[in-house]
Amino acid sequence: MQSEMIRRAKELLADGTVNRVIGWKAGEFDYDITPAVFTCPEQLDEGFLYNDFCQANVSKYLIKESRKEGKILAFLKPCDTYSFNQLIKEHRIWRDNVYVIGVPCDGKVDVDTVKQKGLQGILSMQCDGQTVTAQTLYGEEKFDKADSMSDRCLNCKSKKHVAYDELMGEEGEVLDSHRFDMVEKIEAMSSEERFNFWRGELSRCIRCNACRNVCPACTCEKCVFDNDASGIAQKAAADSFEENMFHIIRAFHVASRCTDCGECSRVCPQNIPLHLLNRKFIKDINEFYGEYQAGEDTTTRPPLQAYTTGDVEPSIVYQKGGNN
Amino acid sequence: MLSLAIAKLNDFFAALAAKETLYLPVDNDAGQAQYKKWAEGDTLSQALNTVRSAKDFFFPQTENLVDFKVDGKKIEVIDPRSESEDFVVFGVRACDARSFTILDKVFLADPVDSYYKSRREHGTIITMACTKPEETCFCTLFDIDATNPEGDVRSWMTGDRVYFEAITEKGTALLDSMKDLLTDSDDSAVESQKAETKKILEKLPFGKLKMDEFKGENLLKLFDSPKWASLSEACLGCGTCTFVCPTCQCYDIRDFDTGHGIKRFRCWDSCMYSDFTRMAHGNPRLTQLERFRQRFMHKLVYFPSNNDGEYGCVGCGRCLAKCPIHMNIVKVIKTLGVEQ
Repeated sequence: MQSEMIRRAKELLADGTVNRVIGWKAGEFDYDITPAVFTCPEQLDEGFLYNDFCQANVSKYLIKESRKEGKILAFLKPCDTYSFNQLIKEHRIWRDNVYVIGVPCDGKVDVDTVKQKGLQGILSMQCDGQTVTAQTLYGEEKFDKADSMSDRCLNCKSKKHVAYDELMGEEGEVLDSHRFDMVEKIEAMSSEERFNFWRGELSRCIRCNACRNVCPACTCEKCVFDNDASGIAQKAAADSFEENMFHIIRAFHVASRCTDCGECSRVCPQNIPLHLLNRKFIKDINEFYGEYQAGEDTTTRPPLQAYTTGDVEPSIVYQKGGNN
Repeated sequence: MLSLAIAKLNDFFAALAAKETLYLPVDNDAGQAQYKKWAEGDTLSQALNTVRSAKDFFFPQTENLVDFKVDGKKIEVIDPRSESEDFVVFGVRACDARSFTILDKVFLADPVDSYYKSRREHGTIITMACTKPEETCFCTLFDIDATNPEGDVRSWMTGDRVYFEAITEKGTALLDSMKDLLTDSDDSAVESQKAETKKILEKLPFGKLKMDEFKGENLLKLFDSPKWASLSEACLGCGTCTFVCPTCQCYDIRDFDTGHGIKRFRCWDSCMYSDFTRMAHGNPRLTQLERFRQRFMHKLVYFPSNNDGEYGCVGCGRCLAKCPIHMNIVKVIKTLGVEQ
């Protein structure tokens, strides 16, 4: 797939369709891949990469890139296309300045998951179908790819591209995932257990803002938490509860716009399962307003931004157990 | 050299904790190591290092500096510090131990930071030699010996025993107070473990990067390098690298309005943030390129220029492991470290 992508990118650069390409660039190891913009065929040959380790969602970079001179070619994985569409819907990306090629994704190997399972000193990793082989400072290790993926890939919501100008490889389908299983488990907790669960998870937050900065739904030009004039700017919270509120407020702000791309949990240095907050909102929205997938299209209004007379009454929240 | 059976480590912790507060790395709910105040039942993490560095003990993420209490036209100024208690940190690695030397150069230089100084004086550091370095480790680049860490006491865990050696007076006093639990041992087990670990340290992929270019004379050449553009291109502007870094030392001072007064606190700041060093006239670094460049120029050029060539990095590898887009100091060194 990688060589085919490079070949097509060179063609589009050569015929003037685009003047830049956004994708992924090789790092020092096989897993430390950086999103990058390539401007010439030589750069593509030198560092362009697409493999089982390209986790980063590059859609958010297109906000800035699409405002530059000329068209940019973006290779998007299925889940990246949902973010892309949502950003089109919110008038953040200038669609005319992007040429999208949808590329298939079989789920990505997550190095943190691999390390969490005890593998140390990983010098290189190769994924061959369903087996990952790692060369480490302490010898060779083989393991199943399924054991090396994070929750967002294990519970992939869709292999289908919802936005593209052309497609490479075979198109997939929207999947029946188990992405709400953990949300259901948390819902089943008593309110005290649930409170303690989140207090425990969020207590590890170091307020690095990685979740916010990577989030394709967080595109405010000036976040309230960075804006002194907002009165609630905070570089540090007065107490731990205020710290927790940052995440709760953020989850509310992206509710019905979050596509569940899972970048927040991927980048969190403290492994806080932030995606569960978003999934709770998605699950509630599905139940209250009917099935809705943010980013599935570019036209429908998100349920929380559209009033209809059939909207659920606030009391249903209590009936559903919100006052427990 | 003194030693103790690993099986007796819990007794050692209990005895230490009975005298003063003891902190050590334990695994948290997310399966990563973090420093925690020891309590009965806590076991030492087997992880190579903690996600947050040990700088937290001396330079916490937030701390109150002064309180102002307002009553009508009267303003009372209150020093919120209570004399801090003595504490011990167990299991600090060689990289983090060296970071204290770097932080000392900042906070203990004139004018001395009394908040930091007080914590340093009250803390005793027991370091632990590494046996299983990660591929992201590059402490050897900064002449740090992970098999023989600095600190007040250094320790090694090998076979079924833990070995201790006092380095400072504070460390000697600490081991003296624990001598009922410790037995005299020869150092052959420690020496053979050191040799084993050194073989692995030799193989670290970034242990011998070329650093010649990073010196004061090259300041402008490095500052003006066109390569910063591509290096910083994907940077998200988050503070992960700065907050997990054991040597990042920048902070902000802010006032918190309590409604009937002010709590003036300081908190970690990050040069990656848009309001870093913002002044009345505005922000001196308007783009992410400039902010990104600041971080690495500080560590690789400005700091060594002012501190006898000592780099502001200890090669702990936290930024390599944690940067959301995998851009880090090693990639910067490799890109800029070649003659331009």
